[in-house]
Amino acid sequence: MWDYSEKVMDHFLHPRNVGEIENPDGVGEVGSLACGDALRLTFKLDKEGRIADVKFKTFGCASAIASSSVLTELIKGKTIEEAEKVTNRDIADYLGGLPEQKMHCSVMGREALEAAIENYRTGGKKKHELEGNLVCTCFGVTDKEIERVIRENNLTTVEQVTNYTKAGGGCGGCKGEIEKIIQKVQGDTLRTPVKPKPQKAAKLKNIRKIQLIQQTIDEQIRPSLRSHGGDIELIDVEDNKVIVAFRGMCAQCKTAEFTMKDVVEARLKEFVAPEIFVEEQSQPSQGQ
Amino acid sequence: METVYLDNNATTMVAPEVYEEMAPLFCELYGNPSSMHTFGGRIANKITKARRQLADLLGCSPSEIVFTSGGTESDNAAIAGTLAAYPNKRKVITSRVEHQAVLAVCRELENQDYNVVELGVNRSGNLDLNELESQLDDNTALVSIMYANNETGVIFPIEQIAELVTSAGSVFHTDAVQAVGKIPLNLSQSKIDLLSLSGHKLHGPKGIGALYIKKGTRISPFIVGGHQEAGKRAGTENTPAIVGLGMACELAAENIEQENTKVKSLRDTLEAAILEKCPASMLNGDKDNRLPNTTNISFEFVEGEAILLMLDKFGICASSGSACTSGSLEPSHVMRAMGVPFTAAHGSIRFSLSRYTTKEEINFVIEKLPPIIVRLRELSPFVT
Repeated sequence: MWDYSEKVMDHFLHPRNVGEIENPDGVGEVGSLACGDALRLTFKLDKEGRIADVKFKTFGCASAIASSSVLTELIKGKTIEEAEKVTNRDIADYLGGLPEQKMHCSVMGREALEAAIENYRTGGKKKHELEGNLVCTCFGVTDKEIERVIRENNLTTVEQVTNYTKAGGGCGGCKGEIEKIIQKVQGDTLRTPVKPKPQKAAKLKNIRKIQLIQQTIDEQIRPSLRSHGGDIELIDVEDNKVIVAFRGMCAQCKTAEFTMKDVVEARLKEFVAPEIFVEEQSQPSQGQ
Repeated sequence: METVYLDNNATTMVAPEVYEEMAPLFCELYGNPSSMHTFGGRIANKITKARRQLADLLGCSPSEIVFTSGGTESDNAAIAGTLAAYPNKRKVITSRVEHQAVLAVCRELENQDYNVVELGVNRSGNLDLNELESQLDDNTALVSIMYANNETGVIFPIEQIAELVTSAGSVFHTDAVQAVGKIPLNLSQSKIDLLSLSGHKLHGPKGIGALYIKKGTRISPFIVGGHQEAGKRAGTENTPAIVGLGMACELAAENIEQENTKVKSLRDTLEAAILEKCPASMLNGDKDNRLPNTTNISFEFVEGEAILLMLDKFGICASSGSACTSGSLEPSHVMRAMGVPFTAAHGSIRFSLSRYTTKEEINFVIEKLPPIIVRLRELSPFVT
């Protein structure tokens, strides 16, 4: 059974904005019965050019329905220019994540939105057409679409591309071509795989800040300490003060103080906020 | 919330009598049946009894039964063991609707320079025996065709196929995992050479199965080690599970009549009500030639996983041939082989009953399912 988040189940069992708008300003239709999921998105703008009403109809599994429902919530009240910026990541994140194999549901949402906007801009004339050269004939996916999804989601394997776009999930004949597209998009970065850096937000809420601190420690700091046989643990966060403890070799290391300033604090300033400063936890009393 | 379990082709509840029979084998009668002491010998007697219980259900001799770890091992052993015994024959015939335990093995054989022929089925899931006949030749080592399909319940004319295959000089294996306990068998009067069965599909425990090997059939040992199972399948016997499987077979023999009366009638009630109450729904597979406990129904324009998750909210357990439930992106290979249109393949639901299924449970499903289909169709862009 899929491990769906509560949010996915909520939007699946209680989908928002179901239906179809009469005389819509934009219509987006993607997917098909054969593919196993399909989405029809309609919206209407108000006088200020904001999306006043939006409705969807979806054929598909729970995550497809939930992704569509969330999409409508995300774009309601937005201008076309704002709505255009919504990515499949935004949909997946809003849902509290989707199982990897279901990421294509979030991509379908973004595609439908794009198709609807295109339809609006051409005065309702243009229906969604595939752009680029067809790569996956089983599911009708083009190179352009694959490139875009690789970029937006920083994908590095064919399996991921299949999870996100379905391309390669039928006969599998296009897997070699997908591999080439990945190479082309990711280029040299693939040879030295790097994790995406934590995103620095302009103004941090407390919980987000702590998450970001933890993420920075996990991804940016710990690996370099581990290579020296040491480790670091986040003890507490008090406003801008981050309290950590060194473990393993680092605990006895004479240069730990430098590590603290040069590595830990520097990274946290870089990835979390410039105001951050770090303190080492005072030595725990024996027998604790 | 009560569980309404209608997924018995996936696995079944262990019958209370089976559980009771198994219980002492863990902490009291834990001896090794190969030991020389009386303590171990008592266990050996229990295994002898279990083998007899299996033989009685299958209508064969106890010496023709080899215990395995389950249906998958039996299938793997039947195929690999036969090919090893006939190294010069390089052709294998099977069907496109086999369980993965057979299909995946056969597809692997293609990489080992075997000529593997997968017979197709028609829209109702039946084979073309003329096609089989035309494929049989001196080079054919083995034909492996399932007794009954797990997804649709469609039963193949296995006796007729066994006759064809063996008279052409090839070995015939059937994966009878879904059939044993539901269809009466008499292997002593049959041309079947090898037959696989699984414990957990007939109210026995998981992790136990058997391979029937007709006396005189050439087959290489499949696990090498000690002398257990006449040297065919080495390894200390899974004694509790073997004893459980024996009991499960005895119970199946006692209840086999019920399968075709009580269980079948409940299945028919469920099926007729669903088809009547849900427009644009249809049965997948041959209506008559079918396991008495299985029904596979497609609901057009809606997707199987969504149906299952909504049924799950009521505690109803079923399964689907849709792409989304498998984690793959295409509907089940059985639906595709039958040429079920895509409008329906993604929305196929299988209900599989057991002798423990009650009238109340069936009525509950008949009450809950149609509104789910209506609700999902309201969401579907293909329904206006």
